[in-house]
Amino acid sequence: MKVANKKVTAVRLVEDALKKAHEFEDYNIFTFIDDAGALKKACEIDRRIAAGEEVGRLAGVPYALKDNFLTPAGETTASAHILQGFNSPITATAVAKLEAEGAIMIGRTNLDAFAHGSSTENSYFGPTLNAYDKSRVAGGSSGGSAVAVALDIVEFATGTDTGGSIRQPASFNGVYGFKPTYGCISRYGVVAMASSTDCIGFFTKSPDDMDLLMSIASGKDSKDLTTLDDYYGLSTGHATASSPTSPTDSVGVPQAASPVDVHRIGVVKEFDNESVDAEIRKALESKCKLLKSKGYEIVELDMPALKYALAAYYIIVPAEVASNLSRYDGVRYGFRSENSKDLNGLYENTREEGFMPENKRRIMIGNFVLSSGFYDAYFLKAAKVRTLIIKEYEKAFETCDFILTPVAPNPAFKLGEKVNDPVAMYLEDLMSVSLNLAGVPGLAIPAGKTAKGLPIGLQIVGPRRSDKSLIEFAKILEDEE
Amino acid sequence: MKYTPTIGIECHVQLCTKTKLFSEVDNDARGKEPNSCVSPVDYALPGMLPRLNGEAVRFCILAGRAMNCEINAFSRFDRKHYFYPDSPKGYQITQFYQPIIGAGYVELPSGTRVRINHAHLEGDAGKLTHFDSYSLVDLNRVDTPLIEIVSEPDIHSSKDAHDYCKELWRLMCHAGVTYGDLYNGNMRFDVNVSLAPEGSTNLGTRAEVKNLNSFRSVERAVEYEISRQSKILDKGGKIIQETLGWNDATGVTTGQRSKEEAKDYRYMPEPDLPPIHLSAEFIEAEAAKLPMMPKDYREKFGGIIKDDILEILLDYPTLMAKLNEISTGHITLISNLFASVLLAEEKSAEYLNDLPTAKQLSDLAEMNEKKELSSTATKEVFLKIFDPQMKGKDAKTIAKELGVVQENDLGALEAIVDTVLAKPETAKAQEDFKAGQEKVIGFLVGQVMKESHGKANPSAVQEILRKKLS
Repeated sequence: MKVANKKVTAVRLVEDALKKAHEFEDYNIFTFIDDAGALKKACEIDRRIAAGEEVGRLAGVPYALKDNFLTPAGETTASAHILQGFNSPITATAVAKLEAEGAIMIGRTNLDAFAHGSSTENSYFGPTLNAYDKSRVAGGSSGGSAVAVALDIVEFATGTDTGGSIRQPASFNGVYGFKPTYGCISRYGVVAMASSTDCIGFFTKSPDDMDLLMSIASGKDSKDLTTLDDYYGLSTGHATASSPTSPTDSVGVPQAASPVDVHRIGVVKEFDNESVDAEIRKALESKCKLLKSKGYEIVELDMPALKYALAAYYIIVPAEVASNLSRYDGVRYGFRSENSKDLNGLYENTREEGFMPENKRRIMIGNFVLSSGFYDAYFLKAAKVRTLIIKEYEKAFETCDFILTPVAPNPAFKLGEKVNDPVAMYLEDLMSVSLNLAGVPGLAIPAGKTAKGLPIGLQIVGPRRSDKSLIEFAKILEDEE
Repeated sequence: MKYTPTIGIECHVQLCTKTKLFSEVDNDARGKEPNSCVSPVDYALPGMLPRLNGEAVRFCILAGRAMNCEINAFSRFDRKHYFYPDSPKGYQITQFYQPIIGAGYVELPSGTRVRINHAHLEGDAGKLTHFDSYSLVDLNRVDTPLIEIVSEPDIHSSKDAHDYCKELWRLMCHAGVTYGDLYNGNMRFDVNVSLAPEGSTNLGTRAEVKNLNSFRSVERAVEYEISRQSKILDKGGKIIQETLGWNDATGVTTGQRSKEEAKDYRYMPEPDLPPIHLSAEFIEAEAAKLPMMPKDYREKFGGIIKDDILEILLDYPTLMAKLNEISTGHITLISNLFASVLLAEEKSAEYLNDLPTAKQLSDLAEMNEKKELSSTATKEVFLKIFDPQMKGKDAKTIAKELGVVQENDLGALEAIVDTVLAKPETAKAQEDFKAGQEKVIGFLVGQVMKESHGKANPSAVQEILRKKLS
């Protein structure tokens, strides 16, 4: 990453980024561009550098913030009508950590409202366009962030990944997108989608940048009790099996060794079929060949439980979604319907007018699966499937070090192609959701392009807490341009 | 027909932790502006996450042990969903499936045992105040820690229902986990009442009276329900399973909602809070901090303090703790002073939270014992010790300042007696006494007391007088 040094000023970097952000307005990337705020911060960085003061590791680096992170800069809307007008008094922990290192947010990026979606078409502000083909979707839900990095507007962007919302848009736009181990980065101050699967992560142009950002943003946060102990620092990739620093809560999962110790890469038999685009399968094959040529062993994995992942995901996640969206009632912040005569009317009209159809669909599914008499049949069963999936990953990592799979079954699809077919849209998440259910990390990496010039993405999956070595390993698979 | 009532009680206890259950704002909103003790977490801003208050967990261990309950090594939280302005998150964080406090029992003063099914930790809701055309919302109470104590249906009379609630209140107050202010809703009771024909082993359909906030209203509501349900059953009617409200002014319960309309709370595991794991060592270390409980006091002071006085004093944990510091010989006097003098005082509530030291009280008892203080003077000095202006002064100094120390020096007393006997106005009385009129001794003692400005020990004076006039 171009860390500000004396050769280039922060103001220059930020001006460039802002200029590009405005130039690419037709992609509908940003929900808010903070021209004045970003420039002010850049001036301050330059002043400090000139004064010989200490500046952080990201001093002057422009970045884009997915619009579901709370900061007082601009409205935090999560691209949802119901949050219009919400000015947060809070700064999310992740944002605070980035800014403490001198990173400069130039704008907030578009997403599917409340991160519900796989194409950014569910945004109240309309879809973001694909960086490589404007007739196609950016992917989602972090579509704006992926395109902002792909079009080189910013050095990096933040994202949230509940079922693929970082990895899938990364793969659709040819950038790196990382979903860390669950609990790696604090969720404090990030608009919740599904609390037990939400992960904060990044879009970058290289594994090195990802490594730097992860070392900055990860760690225990007293404001988020689900965060892990400063494990990214511990998991340097050089710990040996007998190392006393081995995290204890990895429940029997051995910590992945450093890349030099990585020998076996798993490929999942269940994902090798007609439902996955032929060009994507070819890309996977060619990466496997590359690995073999470098001396790695390719192991075929049987992971039968994964075929239930999508079903379990679309029960557990809507349940949590319905619960997390209960607070949006028009009373304390955001949008309030003006057409109400009484309290129930206020709730109903605000939520009717304020939520997108996909939000409502998930609220209804969620409330249904939690309702009395159905809990055991749906939610509890899904929770059991989740346990099976966790165990299946644990078992897989006994026979291999990392797993390589496609991110999505298809490259970026046409705008409007799936928006009226929720099930087809959900199938986009087929290969991404199991990671969120298991809490394991996954890094989407660029893996060439289709004949039509659309980016192809693959994901490297590792055991819980293998994040750092997983990112290191990605360097071996870097596309040769 | 005769019926056996069966009663189960759910009790909500507000814990007096410093901060709220899931945020770091002040949990003590007494006397504070509405909506002034509210954090973004309580207010349910987007992206906010609950943090568990460790003090509340420690209080659960104390409360649980006070009720002879198991403390569960593993417990976790669930979300209970409902839309209402008193619940900003749209759900309450509670423990539906795996509560922190397991089974136990509470023993009533009568010896009756009421088993506890479990008790769980949860956040309170906000407070609504309703007016004609609008309602006001105060979120100060949101996520004040509560424990909900669920009894087994082991209670069969309104008196036991009353006594159970009162004993729970005492246990919680002695354990130090609540302010115990019933008037302000620190403890609230939901009472389930059902009737079954006498001798029947099956339970009848129950009705639940919600939100009672005094022992008396628990007793009255149970009595009312027994009579209401008996009348229905006598006529061959059926009891509807429903939730009732209690009107304390009219003494009547009224239906709120029946089971058919019962809300579906859509319980779900709380994903933002990891489960609570408590080691046996931690539980024991915390439980060891449990102060003396009513049963311990009954054991220790039975026979020393009269039962009726002890039962009164047990309502005041600070008084009992103070008595615990005082040596056995002084207990009777001090406990009597507590019960008959202190609690009768107008300012007793203030005094209870700022008691004198055990030494001040022991000194007082000692002076009384040595007859340096009459019983009237003892009470006088006792009350003065509580006077904020006397703070820190020992009993002797106060007694001297008040000039109520009794003269016990026989030589000095004799001199005073002689002075009085030399007075012409006592001559007739002396003659009368010598002539056998026993009751004039009172007049003579009175004269000596007057001469001594009330400081003479009256019984000693009488003894001297009798000697001199014999």
